[in-house]
Amino acid sequence: MNDKPHLDHEALAELKEVMEDEFDVLITTYLADSQDRIATLRASLENQDAEALTKAAHSFKGSSVNIGAPQLGELCLLTEKVGHSAQLDDAAVLLDRIEREYDTVRTLFEKLLNA
Amino acid sequence: MDESLPEQGPLRILIADDSDSDRLILARLVERQGHQVVCARDGMEAVECFREHSPHIVLLDVMMPRLNGMEAARQIKVMAGERLAPIIFLTSISDAQTLARCLESGGDDFLSKPYNRVILEAKINAFNRMRLMHRTMSHQRDLIRDRNRLLLSEQRVAKRVFDNVAHTGCLDAPNLRYHASPLSIFNGDVLFACPIPAGGMHILIGDFTGHGLPAAIGAMPVAEIFYGMASKGFGCEDVLKEINQKLKRILPTGMFCCALFIQADFHLNQLRVWNGGLPDGYLVRHNGERIKLPSNHLPLGVLGSERFAVEVDVICTEPGDALLVATDGILEAENADGEMFGEDRLQDAMAGCTGGDDLFDSVMAAVSQFTGDQGVQDDLTVFALEMVDEQVLADIPSGLPQSPLSGATEWQCVYELTDRTLGQFNPLPLLLQICLEVPGLRRRSGEIYTLLSELYSNALEHGILQLPSEWKISPEGFGQYYAEREKRMSETVGHSIRFTLRHTSQEQGGRLEILCEDSGKGFDYRPCLAETCSDNKYSGRGLMLLRQISSSLSFNDKGNQVGVVYDWKFT
Repeated sequence: MNDKPHLDHEALAELKEVMEDEFDVLITTYLADSQDRIATLRASLENQDAEALTKAAHSFKGSSVNIGAPQLGELCLLTEKVGHSAQLDDAAVLLDRIEREYDTVRTLFEKLLNA
Repeated sequence: MDESLPEQGPLRILIADDSDSDRLILARLVERQGHQVVCARDGMEAVECFREHSPHIVLLDVMMPRLNGMEAARQIKVMAGERLAPIIFLTSISDAQTLARCLESGGDDFLSKPYNRVILEAKINAFNRMRLMHRTMSHQRDLIRDRNRLLLSEQRVAKRVFDNVAHTGCLDAPNLRYHASPLSIFNGDVLFACPIPAGGMHILIGDFTGHGLPAAIGAMPVAEIFYGMASKGFGCEDVLKEINQKLKRILPTGMFCCALFIQADFHLNQLRVWNGGLPDGYLVRHNGERIKLPSNHLPLGVLGSERFAVEVDVICTEPGDALLVATDGILEAENADGEMFGEDRLQDAMAGCTGGDDLFDSVMAAVSQFTGDQGVQDDLTVFALEMVDEQVLADIPSGLPQSPLSGATEWQCVYELTDRTLGQFNPLPLLLQICLEVPGLRRRSGEIYTLLSELYSNALEHGILQLPSEWKISPEGFGQYYAEREKRMSETVGHSIRFTLRHTSQEQGGRLEILCEDSGKGFDYRPCLAETCSDNKYSGRGLMLLRQISSSLSFNDKGNQVGVVYDWKFT
């Protein structure tokens, strides 16, 4: 269903070159922001607020794509579409998958930073 | 917000995005391209930053808390006013309607996530070029607007000066009609009219090549020469020569003045016309007959004096005959379809017209009906003159200012012309000028001119050349008279004419005494004086006029010395 890789290594190499010393800061910032976004997604679903869910998913999608986490970006896109349709039944499953993917991505990023 | 040209150094770029990581990446990408970055975390901050830093280019996320990107874009565009501040939306949206709304809100382009640095750089460069071009254009537009305002105000001032120099003279005379645009001088058209001391008037209609100030500047000396010489009694040939020489000297090559000169004599009922480069003029007889007055000379200011030809067409007229002259604006007047008025329509308009008013009104009506809503163009000058009885035109004001210098009142001078100069030089303007220096005498220029010219032609034609005045009674004889005059003049040697002028002041006026002596054999003046009832205009009128104007007219026995005493009072 989702054949995108966890990390886009080519994009990350380019980011590293661009960011130089600030690459670590960027990754740390992304990971911290993402936790906030997941919390927002959860809260929106609990409140059955489709609009808030859509917006949060959209933003999360953008930063994930930018940072080089395409599979997470793809899951956010699916969530955004669900939000648009206002049928939030499938959203709970997607949020679980987003959380799992986020854990994977964080583990991979931490390995990358410690390498 | 105020930017002055030229501009160098890095661009200031505003990045507004609520995602910290996205902002970090974009800021770094932009900095690495050598630009300064200002960051904002939402729409409100973006608007604030724009106000504070007036960035050159704005990169704006669409979805942001507090104030979204589209609303921020609207506010930024309002703040930027005339300045072009390109806004590039940052988005991962791909649905067409949302993208279109972004552009409607004031966005200029999109940059999609993930960011591609090559495209980012290309877009920044492209929009910077557009921004600079826009700024250059605005700057040049402002410059043009300012220059144009300056030009118009200069033209207004120049027009006031010009109107004082190149005034309309006696164009308000009852037998003249004219149409000229109020700013016609900046189209190169001129129209002057001046009464002349001999009676009648000089009229000049001119059309300078070129427009604007150069044409107006060229017209100034023409006006000065025209009014100066016409009022001093110079004939149309002398005025034309002088103007031509002046223009030849001052105008650059390729600039000249097409002109038609008219010397109207209402006493002899005669028109002298010189047309150099203007469209055909027309004489419309009171019986409806039309005579073309085509251009048969080069315009003024083209030829040097030695090659300049001043042969005029002399046309005998009758009261009620009318003359119509126009600049080429009449033939080139356009209607809504871009057609030109042209020669045929002009001819049609003149058909059946009698008299100056009818002719003028009919032609003007035809032109304005033809041009319709377009309106009559600026560069059209139309002039009409009607031959009238000279009494109608008694005392037309010349509109000429008086000199502030007052000349001598008690004086005497002797002026003698000898030999071949007699046939080549007209001494009347010079002699007239000497007399008119007397304060108060300028108003009498017509009478004094008559005294001088009658004495002079009497001495030359009858005293020296021995031409019989009877010849002038019939029109055929009149031609013979002038042919013989030319012939005898070329054969005459060793003769002279001497004027002795003397002026003394009297109570409330003065006395001018003129003695004219010639070296001829003399003639019997008595029969001429006896013909008091002669109503013929050509022969014998000279001595009659002298006697009417002067308080005393005397001859020596031989008949080659004529003395005139002219008493005058201030009026």
